[in-house]
Amino acid sequence: MTRILIPSGALGLGWDAEALERGIAAKPDLIAIDGGSTDSGPSYLGRGVSKYARSSTKAEWAVLIEAARRADCPLIVGTAGTCGAGDAVDWLVDITREVLSESLQTAKIAILKSDQPAEHVVNALEAGQITPLTPAPEIDHDLIRSCTNIVALAGIEQVNAAIETGADIIIAGRTTDTAIIAAMPIEHGVDPGLAWHAAKIGECGALCATNPQSGVLQIDFDDDAFVLTPLADGANATPHTVSAHMLYENSDPYLLHEPGGTLDVTNAGYEALDKKSVRVTGSEWKPAKSYTVKLEAARVVGYQTILLAMLRDPEYVKNANVWARDIEDRCTKKTIKRTTASEDEFSIEVRLIGQDATLGALETREASPVEIGALGIVTAKTAELAAEIGKLLNPYLLHHPLTAEEEQPTFAFPFSPAEIDRGAIYEFCLNHVMHLGDPMAAFKLEVVDA
Amino acid sequence: MPELRNVAQKVRSKNAGPFWITIDVFCDTQEAFERVRDGLNTSATATLLGVPLQTLKRFDMPELNVVKISIPRPEVQGTIRDRDMHGAAIASLVAEMEIA
Repeated sequence: MTRILIPSGALGLGWDAEALERGIAAKPDLIAIDGGSTDSGPSYLGRGVSKYARSSTKAEWAVLIEAARRADCPLIVGTAGTCGAGDAVDWLVDITREVLSESLQTAKIAILKSDQPAEHVVNALEAGQITPLTPAPEIDHDLIRSCTNIVALAGIEQVNAAIETGADIIIAGRTTDTAIIAAMPIEHGVDPGLAWHAAKIGECGALCATNPQSGVLQIDFDDDAFVLTPLADGANATPHTVSAHMLYENSDPYLLHEPGGTLDVTNAGYEALDKKSVRVTGSEWKPAKSYTVKLEAARVVGYQTILLAMLRDPEYVKNANVWARDIEDRCTKKTIKRTTASEDEFSIEVRLIGQDATLGALETREASPVEIGALGIVTAKTAELAAEIGKLLNPYLLHHPLTAEEEQPTFAFPFSPAEIDRGAIYEFCLNHVMHLGDPMAAFKLEVVDA
Repeated sequence: MPELRNVAQKVRSKNAGPFWITIDVFCDTQEAFERVRDGLNTSATATLLGVPLQTLKRFDMPELNVVKISIPRPEVQGTIRDRDMHGAAIASLVAEMEIA
C-alpha cells in the first residue's frame, strides 16, 4: 500500500488549505507536486526561468516543506521553476535554503539535474542515438549548439534514485509530469500500468474531479487497483471526471509514451467507490525495446519590439486591413533604405486586434467592431535593429492616412514610449528522444544538507 | 445545418505538448454524441485547421460521449508565427463548424 498526496496541479497555483490538512493527517508516503510545463511557451526554457512569482512560489513551498515534516514523509517537486533547466532548479534550491533558514530548520535536499550539454547531444546524434518524434524540426550540429538550454525528461528510474538518497526534499529538474507520482509505487511493487495511469490522472491534482480549483488529491495504490480521492469539501471524483482526464493535454487519450515504455488505458475500468472516490483497474504497461528519454530545447530566433495603436475612427476601423498592409509595405521599404538591414534580417507585421489577430489566416468570420487595436510587431536579428525599426514604424502607426488628400489623422497610443522591447524570442527546436543504456547516464544527482 | 456548438455541450482546445493541439468535443447525451460523430466531417475539419488530412488523429469515444481530434500545430507553439500560445482559440473555430 502506497499513499501519495498531490497538493495541486502545479507549485504556484495554490490549494484548499483544509483539504491539505486532511491529506497530512492521512499520513502519505510522499507529497508530490509538479513545478512546470511547456505550456507557457519556449521563453522560460530558453532563459531558464520560472513563470510563477518568486514570492508565491516561496510562500507555497514553505507550506509544503512544513506539511512534509508533519506528515513525516519526503517532498518532491518535478520540473522545478517551470522549465526544469539548471538555473531554474538552482532558483528553487535558493528559495528552499531561505525557507529553511527563516524557519530555523535543516533538511537533506536531493537535487536531480536534467540539463544536457550540447556536445553530448551532438555526439548522441552522431552515434544514431537520437530519434525524431512526429512532427520533428530538422536538426543538425549547429542547431543543437545554438540552443540556450537542452533538458531531458526524467522518468521513474532517475526519480527513484533521488528518493532513495533518503532526502527530506527532492528538487528535480525536467521530469515527465507523471514520473514524480509513478516512481515510488513502482518501487514498492505496484504494477507499472496502474502507477503511470494514476500519475497521469493525478498530475493536475483535483483537476480530475469536480471543484478542480481545490487542488488536493490523494492516491492510494494496492496490488490490483488505485483509488483517487479529492480531499476538499464538495470535490468529488466520478468515473466520468476521472476517465475524461485522459483527454487533457494528450494527443492520444489511450496511449501515453513515457521513458521505458507506453501506458495503455484501453482496457481500464473506472468504478465509483462512494460519492467521492474512484477505483481504477486494468491499465497496462508495455515496455519499450529501447530505453529513451524525450528532449526539450529552446534557442533564440530573433528579437522583438512591439507597439500598440488604437483605431476608433469608423473609416479607419472599416478599412483597417488596407491601412495595415500599406504600413507594412512602406515601413519595410523605408527600413531597407534607411538602415543597413537586408530584407531577410527583419519582418514587420501590423496585426489587427478585433479582426483576425487570434486566428490569422484560419479566421472564417468577419464583423465590424467599434475599435481595432493595431499591434505592430517588429522581429529582427538583433535587439538594436528591432528597436530601430520600431522607431521607424512609430510615425506610421501614429499618423498614416488612408488617402493622400485627407488631413493628417492621429491615432490613440496608450503608452509612452510607444515602443516596447521584448528582448530575445525563443523557439522550441527539439521533438526527439535520446536512447540511453543507463537511465542515469544523462542526469546528475547531488545531495546537500541545508 | 446547425453549428457544432449548438449540438455539443462544450468544445475545448489545448496544447498537447509544443508540437500538437488537441480538441475535445464534449456531448451531454448519447444522441448528441452520435449526431456529432456522424455529422462532423474529418476532411472538412483538416481543411478548416489548415493541416493535411493524414496528420489528423480522430477518436470517437462513446464511453465518454466525446469526439477528440488532435493535429500537429499549424505553427509550433511560441514560434514567431504562432498567435495562440496555449492553442485555446482553435476551439471556437471548430465550434462554429456546420455539421451534417
